[in-house]
Amino acid sequence: MGGIKADQDQAKAYSEMTKRVTPNAPLFKNIVLAFLVGGTICTIGQGVLNLFVAFGFSPEEAVTPTLGVMIALGVSLTAGGIYDEIGRFGGMGSALPITGFANSIAAPALEYKREGFVLGVGAKMFTVAGPVLVYGTITAIIVAALRWLLVGIS
Amino acid sequence: MDFLFAFLIGGLLCVAAQLVLELTSLTPAHVMVLFVSLGAVVSGLGLYQPLVDLGGAGATIPLPGFGHALVQGILKAISQEGALGLLTGGFTATAAGISVAILASWVAALLFDPKS
Amino acid sequence: MVASKRIGQQTLAFQNPPVILGAVAIVGQKEGEGPLGGFFDQIEADPLLGEKTWERAESRLLQQAANLCLQKADLVPGDVDFLLAGDLLNQIIASSFCARELNVPFLGLYGACSTMAQGMALGGMLIDGGMAELVLNCVSSHHETAERQYRYPTEFASQRTQTAQWTVTGAGAIVLGSSSFAKTGLARVTEATLGRVVDYGIKDPNNMGAAMAPAAADTIAQHLADTDRKPSHYDAIITGDLGTVGKKLVLQLLEQKGWQVPSLLHDCGEMIFDAAQDAHAGGSGCACSATVFCSYWLKKLQAGALKRLLFVATGALFSPTSYQQGESIPSVAHAVVVEGMPNGGGS
Repeated sequence: MGGIKADQDQAKAYSEMTKRVTPNAPLFKNIVLAFLVGGTICTIGQGVLNLFVAFGFSPEEAVTPTLGVMIALGVSLTAGGIYDEIGRFGGMGSALPITGFANSIAAPALEYKREGFVLGVGAKMFTVAGPVLVYGTITAIIVAALRWLLVGIS
Repeated sequence: MDFLFAFLIGGLLCVAAQLVLELTSLTPAHVMVLFVSLGAVVSGLGLYQPLVDLGGAGATIPLPGFGHALVQGILKAISQEGALGLLTGGFTATAAGISVAILASWVAALLFDPKS
Repeated sequence: MVASKRIGQQTLAFQNPPVILGAVAIVGQKEGEGPLGGFFDQIEADPLLGEKTWERAESRLLQQAANLCLQKADLVPGDVDFLLAGDLLNQIIASSFCARELNVPFLGLYGACSTMAQGMALGGMLIDGGMAELVLNCVSSHHETAERQYRYPTEFASQRTQTAQWTVTGAGAIVLGSSSFAKTGLARVTEATLGRVVDYGIKDPNNMGAAMAPAAADTIAQHLADTDRKPSHYDAIITGDLGTVGKKLVLQLLEQKGWQVPSLLHDCGEMIFDAAQDAHAGGSGCACSATVFCSYWLKKLQAGALKRLLFVATGALFSPTSYQQGESIPSVAHAVVVEGMPNGGGS
């Protein structure tokens, strides 16, 4: 390999070489941890849901307040400096539940308070969660419109 | 029994996301976006509600459940107010969660500093 | 006019080699708990160092290293002709804010994690060129400032990949003096090889070792070609912060160029943390190579255990903007030859 800026073939060869010396991610371990952490968070959520049901909510009505409680929990664990430690081993098991969504809003809110409450906290709060809302909203509108047109609303 | 299914369904959704993270070069933010969108699509096909019926919080707490809530919110609003529901239903259904996230995060920023 | 102090393509040979009059390494808690903990001058348990922001904390680290370094060399800031400093923050604010306190003419440097070697080479040129008697070099990096600038907010829950490196919190400082200070010198800088920017197409910002290894191999091979030497001329070749993955790659790339150096080559990024510290592929950041060189390796030279080192600091020259736009990561490596001074005073 010669050049300073590798051409496509050289870059490809170097990429292969890099793959050969890169240790494999502990795939099995990461998956088991994601399963356990994600499952545990959802089980806690189920406990909260059941509480709301016990207080007279229907299972459907209970979903929204449950999400609220779980989001508040995710924000609290972030403020306490705990959620990032869970994320280090939990991977998507901590990122995918709504508590991870809450973490992705609270973490920049805390981080950027030093740049002020308007241009720091206010502007940066949705740096990670923003894309989730943007694409969730766009996809949902398209999907719902298609369903309305093709199947109709029952 | 509902706890077991919440654990299994929630855990399996996270395993699927972890697999995508490990086997592609996507970042966690990309995977979160992908799964909220997938949840919306599966919901539109009418296949997410059975998962919610089986897994309870195991299906509503992970982000695909958020996509499901957006789609079902829009469909419900369309049935009540017609085409305008396309634009109002998603946010109506998820407003509580987003409001809690904004409010709690703002208060957290007021009271706490990031740790290392 | 012939450039009489140049050898070969990229190497400078100092006629009156500048001497290292003092060197300091200050690190954070995690680095202090690593295998080299006992070699550092100071370990800061508080990542904020009592300051309000991570950025101010990093600048404070730099100031402390600069002041302690001058103190160890029996100097005050007024004695120094120039301050050469750099860091990883946007517009190198840690360095500029440190310079604001020191009241010394200041040249800000950016060579990413290669900055310490870049500064030593430039300092050597200023001194050997007769432009300066005393030059202070310092660099810093801070795990939290780097995380928020290059990756995610510090409290964001994310899993690190196998090739990810851990930005070292710390600062390194070296004061270089002209050869008239030889009797109090700890070591001397005899040559420098300035690196070209090399890019082998790596785009993953979580694999900087792989991005930088080709630059390190290029500069090392060029140095050997320019000086017509074999690697065994040196007791050790020390790369900056390639980490475990990058170190394997640089060894393979050097082998392709005909040099086998597995027992000679050491990497500061691999040395600074041990496997139990969850740093994955090792340390990175300007302070990684600087603190390990200013402590462990200089002490080996001073003790006479080693006589001659080739210090090759490597830098990944990318920004969050460039990798989000899909650009590959260009890298650079600068090398300096540092020799012990058996007859020097040094304490």
